[in-house]
Amino acid sequence: MIRRLEPQSGEVIDRETPLKFTWNSKKYIGFAGDTIVSALLANNEQVFSRSMKYHRPRGVLTADYWDPNTTVQVDTEPNVRGAHRLLEADMKVSAQNAWPSLDFDIKAANGLFGRFLTAGFYYKTFIKPQRLWPLYEKVLARFAPGGVVDLNTPHGYHDKRYSHPDVVVAGGGPAGLAAAISAAQAGMNVMLVEQNHHLGGHLLWGTDEDRATARELEAAARVAGVEILTDSAVTGRYDDNWIAISQRNHPGVVERLIKARAKTLVVAAGLVERPYVFSGNDLPGVMLSGAVRRLINMYGVRPGNRAVVLTANAEGDAATTDLERAGVNVVQVVDARAGETISKATGSSKHLSSVTLIDGSTVKADLLVTAAGWTAPTSLLNMSGDRPSYDPTAARFFPTALPDNVIATGGLVGDGSLDELIAHGLDSGKLAAQRAAVVKHRLQSTVSRAQRPEEPEPPMPEDRRVGLPRAPHPELYRSDTHGMVDFSEDVGSKDLVSAAAEGFDSVELVKRFTTATMGPSQGKLETVNTVAVLAEARGETIEEVGTTVWRPPYASISLGALAGRVFEPVRVSSLHEWHTDHNMTPILAGQWIRPEHYGDPGAEVTNVRTNVGIIDVTPLGKLDLRGPDVSKLLNLLYTNKWSKLAIGRVRYGMMCAEDGVVLDDGVTGRLGEDHYLMTTTSSGAGQIWQWVEMWLQTEHPDWQVHVTPVTTGFTSINIAGPKSRELLKRLVDDVDLSPEAFEYMNVRTGTIAGVPDCFMWRIGFTGELSFEVHVPAGFGLHVWEQLLEKGADLGVGPFGLEAQRIMRLEKGHFIVGQDTDGLTKAPTTGLAPLIKLDKDDFAGKPELEWALAADAPELPVLVAIAPTDPRLVPDEACQILREGTTEIVGRITSSRFSPSLQRSICLGQVTPEFAAAGTILTVRLCDGSDTTARVMEHHAHFDPEGVRLRG
Amino acid sequence: MLLVPCPHCGPRNSADMSYQGEASSRPDPSSTTPSQWRDYLYMEHNPAGWLKENWYCSSGCRRFFTVERHTVTSEFREPPLPGSKTALPLSKTTETGADTDQQGGES
Repeated sequence: MIRRLEPQSGEVIDRETPLKFTWNSKKYIGFAGDTIVSALLANNEQVFSRSMKYHRPRGVLTADYWDPNTTVQVDTEPNVRGAHRLLEADMKVSAQNAWPSLDFDIKAANGLFGRFLTAGFYYKTFIKPQRLWPLYEKVLARFAPGGVVDLNTPHGYHDKRYSHPDVVVAGGGPAGLAAAISAAQAGMNVMLVEQNHHLGGHLLWGTDEDRATARELEAAARVAGVEILTDSAVTGRYDDNWIAISQRNHPGVVERLIKARAKTLVVAAGLVERPYVFSGNDLPGVMLSGAVRRLINMYGVRPGNRAVVLTANAEGDAATTDLERAGVNVVQVVDARAGETISKATGSSKHLSSVTLIDGSTVKADLLVTAAGWTAPTSLLNMSGDRPSYDPTAARFFPTALPDNVIATGGLVGDGSLDELIAHGLDSGKLAAQRAAVVKHRLQSTVSRAQRPEEPEPPMPEDRRVGLPRAPHPELYRSDTHGMVDFSEDVGSKDLVSAAAEGFDSVELVKRFTTATMGPSQGKLETVNTVAVLAEARGETIEEVGTTVWRPPYASISLGALAGRVFEPVRVSSLHEWHTDHNMTPILAGQWIRPEHYGDPGAEVTNVRTNVGIIDVTPLGKLDLRGPDVSKLLNLLYTNKWSKLAIGRVRYGMMCAEDGVVLDDGVTGRLGEDHYLMTTTSSGAGQIWQWVEMWLQTEHPDWQVHVTPVTTGFTSINIAGPKSRELLKRLVDDVDLSPEAFEYMNVRTGTIAGVPDCFMWRIGFTGELSFEVHVPAGFGLHVWEQLLEKGADLGVGPFGLEAQRIMRLEKGHFIVGQDTDGLTKAPTTGLAPLIKLDKDDFAGKPELEWALAADAPELPVLVAIAPTDPRLVPDEACQILREGTTEIVGRITSSRFSPSLQRSICLGQVTPEFAAAGTILTVRLCDGSDTTARVMEHHAHFDPEGVRLRG
Repeated sequence: MLLVPCPHCGPRNSADMSYQGEASSRPDPSSTTPSQWRDYLYMEHNPAGWLKENWYCSSGCRRFFTVERHTVTSEFREPPLPGSKTALPLSKTTETGADTDQQGGES
């Protein structure tokens, strides 16, 4: 049987454009403009899902975005809201979690045992014995709701947009449209966000005049220049009107997250129709009046054949009229305003068949329509700090106090005729515009040095809007039977009553214990019923019970939209393309892409130790420091002394935070009288720049030091190996590189391969004779290629980060953050002599003083460790144990196989008891077995005297 | 997200900033006691009300500045001047003649 009606005057479907689709592999045809569910209903499908816990069959309830019963899978996309998503050609739609099928659902047996599956059932039943939980989990997972995630599904394109509208209007019904129009006409930049596919709100399923008004308002909004977003939702309002908007209708983008900083927010979210609680209220065939009106007027679908209507308001009366016009036999109208109501609905497992009235009489029907009242979706008001209050005469919550930059209008505020709603909206838009102007003025005034408005801040305009009347409405929450309260989470009124009896007497506790209001409809349908049932159980009023706090998001938002595009910058040196062209294996180090090696890191080490190698060390942090007070700054930042550093000399320094923990290390050289170049670790470059600025700006603003970060201004190349001097000599004419003229720990400025103003440092992280050169970045590639060309006969080759790490470990140089951690204070790194407590002040001095005191608690010490088995390389982070116990006394912080020594080498932290040279340690390996290792005399495994370095 | 009034860049998202914690003055390292020093390092007063705090405009002008923020309403206002040497004037201080830049950076 086809349920499609004759064309309706307000329908949004295009009967000229039929669309083929499948539902659980059955072939159907719908029309463009149909939602998945309206197309299925037109094809006489009435069951769309099984409920989450009891696996009861479920049909349409609200026929809009909030419908809890129509979540379906579309192709590979799970959890699609079927009553909102528009039908597309060749869609493959299927039901979710209804194994083995929607018609025969074995889990519906849960319904029979429903009385055992009350609130807290899972918490109570499966908690003991704990060892069985993995088994429980496996079984329960089959019952869990949700669709199927296809791991091969394309990611789709998600995006973000940052926007600064003056006014954001949430809701495109008559009041929201009117507010947007008047705010835009006042010269404001306005963004209007509507959840549905069409503007007009409830006018869409009203009379022809209603729809004409909606069209006029929309046209006026477009003329006024309002930016209109449909199929989008304001999902949250945060501090200072930071507004999150999920936009789903942007071409080419699956979903876009708009982060809007609005000066004022107008909330015109309208009203959400509330289900009525009675036995059988979740049977397919029981619908809300709004669902019936949408289906008939917008989609031309007849929702049933024989109907009973429970009405408490004009919407219910209008539904009756619509049904009769659609040819539905309305056999009984139950008027709640006259004190009548229904008691229960009964039917087969698949559909409603009869309705029992409160007097016990029974009426046969396949459609039961309820119009029991409204829930004010006050989410965005709650997020603005409002605590809405309940008005029993109108049977819903109303806003109380809002901040100046948030304005509510429409159904949230009151009722009234369409003209009154529009008038209120226009006034609200005007107020929003006036206040936005004041906010704008205030924002401009916070800038002291830039242009500031001359005139004083105008007063915040007061709210002089004529209010909306509140229509009286019967309080209609639960009948004399128990039924479903939260359709998404399968929580019934009985569950709430028993939760209250168990002592969960606060509404927030009941919510968490039963999970009522926590499903995909996020309380829009069920919050007030939850409160009402709890109030009844406790013998209190709804005001006394209060309501739960609505939190973001207002509507669901995909993880893809939240993730958006990747904004993390990727940094590469000026030599990156050369590395790429030369077989680089890249490694991501912080934001930098660096060569890990060029094929064989072991061979690269050997080449450096026997010939010469060059490495790109551009990421090394470089701060150019100038001014008469630089040496004061260095004395303050480093633990050692800097006052007597001669021009042309370089010194190593260690920096500590104020808690004495090692923060960074590096070398700093004096290039001229008032000119120094500081190097930091690659990963610490940004942090140390901020650290330097912090000391200069906040503690010593009187010091004359100018800081310029020049990390990427130079290409940094380390030339290392016994033949490095020979190589560099071939490219440098104006600097004497002889060992006598250019000693270890010196810096020179000169010309390399014709490039002037290069810095040359004689330092060595690798432990070899080496020169670190900083070349103006534009000439980096030229110098790099010249080094390779001129040193071909010396055996020069590039080496990567891995070879450097091996060599620095051979030399026992620690890496801050790898061999040290957040508890490593300077004295335990083996560099205690670098701590000069006779300086007046330096960062971390008090803590270091106490750490070096005789009675200080002993901290783990950094030592070099040699495994007894020279072929065995314990993984980094392996624990060191006290022999024969499981007491952890340390850990391996770095480990490698040394090509130079042909054995494994490590650095590690151990408690002082185990730090003495020669101590045999027990190392627990990743496979659980133990091995032994010896503590070394020096940190350096290789060339401990530094002969090569100083050669 | 809070809008933080940077005295140089104007109102900026707090994500553009780096929060530096409550404004407190560094004890004299030569005479401080462990309890004074660790109070300075680790303890925050966290009042429900006006709080003087430091921010670093890490994605903008890279200046450190001090403002007062009401921890309940998140409203910002200028810190009282003259005061700690860490305080940077915000706005409206020109009338008091205190809007001179003591930070040595800009003029």
